[in-house]
Amino acid sequence: MSTALYLLRSSNVAARKIGDELMIMFAQDSSLFSLNETAAILWNAADGSTPLADIVARDICPAFDIDAETALRDAAELAHGLAERGILQVGNQPFDTGSATT
Amino acid sequence: MSVMQDMGARAMALGIPLSVQLDLTYRCNERCVHCYLDHEDHGEMTTAEIMGLLDQLAAAGVFFLNVSGGEIFMRPDLFTIIEHARKLQFSVKLKTNGVMIREKKAQRIAELGIEAVQISLYSHDAATHDEITKLPGSFKRTIEGAQFLRDAGVKVIFANVLMSQNADHYKQVQALAHDMGIRYEVDATITPMMDGDRGIVALNMDAGRLAGIMHDTSLLGDQAERLLSPPSGPTPLDEAYETLPCSAGHTACYVSPYGDVFPCVQFPYKVGNIREQAFIDIWNDSPQLNDVRSIRVSDLQGCSSCVHGSSCTRCPGLAYLEGNMRGPSIQDCEKSYARTGVASYNLQKKQRRSIPLAVMAD
Repeated sequence: MSTALYLLRSSNVAARKIGDELMIMFAQDSSLFSLNETAAILWNAADGSTPLADIVARDICPAFDIDAETALRDAAELAHGLAERGILQVGNQPFDTGSATT
Repeated sequence: MSVMQDMGARAMALGIPLSVQLDLTYRCNERCVHCYLDHEDHGEMTTAEIMGLLDQLAAAGVFFLNVSGGEIFMRPDLFTIIEHARKLQFSVKLKTNGVMIREKKAQRIAELGIEAVQISLYSHDAATHDEITKLPGSFKRTIEGAQFLRDAGVKVIFANVLMSQNADHYKQVQALAHDMGIRYEVDATITPMMDGDRGIVALNMDAGRLAGIMHDTSLLGDQAERLLSPPSGPTPLDEAYETLPCSAGHTACYVSPYGDVFPCVQFPYKVGNIREQAFIDIWNDSPQLNDVRSIRVSDLQGCSSCVHGSSCTRCPGLAYLEGNMRGPSIQDCEKSYARTGVASYNLQKKQRRSIPLAVMAD
C-alpha cells in the first residue's frame, strides 16, 4: 500500500462496548450496528493521527497472527466499508481533531 | 431478534445499566399544571459532579443517556455537560420545552450529534398550551424552537401529554407534527408527584376519552394488533416465575439533580446517592435495587392470575406510588380496561370494594 491512510471516528455516532460487542448508533436515523472484532479495533484506534499501517502492526497482526501486507489490505478495505456507512472518516492525511468527538 | 433486542438481552444477562435518565435540574421556566416535580433547587449537582458522574456511567456501560429536567436549558453549563457526554460516546437524547432554543443553540445541538430532542407540546391551540404551561407565549416559542432544531437537521419529537384540558386536541397536534415533519408521541397518563402527592392524578381524562385514544390505530403503530387484541389470559405459571415486570433497575435507572438514584423516573424508591457512593457500587450492591430486581410477575398480587397477563402494561413505579411495588397499578388496569373493555382482576376487586361505600354515601 503506497498511500498512508488515516482514520477518524465520526462525530455523529454513539458507541459502547456491551459485553464483548461494540455497538454503534447513528444519531441521524437511530440505526444500530454491532461491529466485529477487527472493526472494533479500527474504531478504537481511529484517532485521526495514527496511520492505518501502524494500527495494523500494533493491534491487528499480533491479535490475528497474520502477515502485515495481507492485514493492511484487509483493514483498508474494512475501513473504507465503515466509511461508506458513515462510521469512520478515511483520509490520506492526518485529520484536524480540534473539534472532533474523540 | 433485532440488534436492539439482542443488545438489551446481553445487557440484562451481564447486569449492565444500558439506559439512564439524568435530570440536571428541577427548575423550570414553565409551571405545567400536571407536573410531578417541585421546582425549587435543593442543592443540584455541580458541573464537576455531573462530569464525574458521566465518567462513571460510561465506565459502567451506559449507552443511552436521556438528559432531562425540569428545563435543561435553565442550566448555563448545559452545553459543557452535553459536550462531555458526547465525548464519552453516549447516545444522547434531550427532553425540553424548547422555549429557550433559538437558532444558535439548535445549530450547536446538531453539531454535537444528539440522537433526538423531545419537546413537550400540549395543543395546536396557543391559548390551551399556554394555559397548561402557565407561561404566556410559550406555544409560540416552543414551535419556533422545534423549527430551529428541525431546520438544523436534528430529529425532533413532539411529546403530547394528554389530560382533561387537552385530550380532544391530540388529532390536531398530530397533524401539526406531521405538517412540520416532526415525530409525534402521545402519553395519556398523568402520574402522581414524586413526593407521592396524588392531587394531579385528578387531571386525567375520563374513561370514555381514554378508550377513544387507546383505540386510535394511528397512535399505536405496529403495536396496534398486540394492544387491541382480546386479553391474552393469565401468564403461565412457569413463565410468571421468570418474567420481570420491566427494565427499571435491571438495565435502566434514573439519577436526580441531587444525585439520588432510583430504578426509574416514575419509580421514586431511592436506592442510593452518588454523592455518598460510587455509581457502580449502588448499581451492583444497593439492597433496595436488589429488592426491586427480585420481583417476578408471579409475585404481583392479583396480576399473575389476571386475564390481561402478558398484554398488561403495568408500571411498577405507579404500583409503588399506589402503595406497593408488588401490587397492581390501577392506572394501568384502567388502561387495559379502556383497550379491551374487560376489567382486570384488581380493577374488579377495587370496584367491589368501592360499591358498598357508594351505597353508604347515597
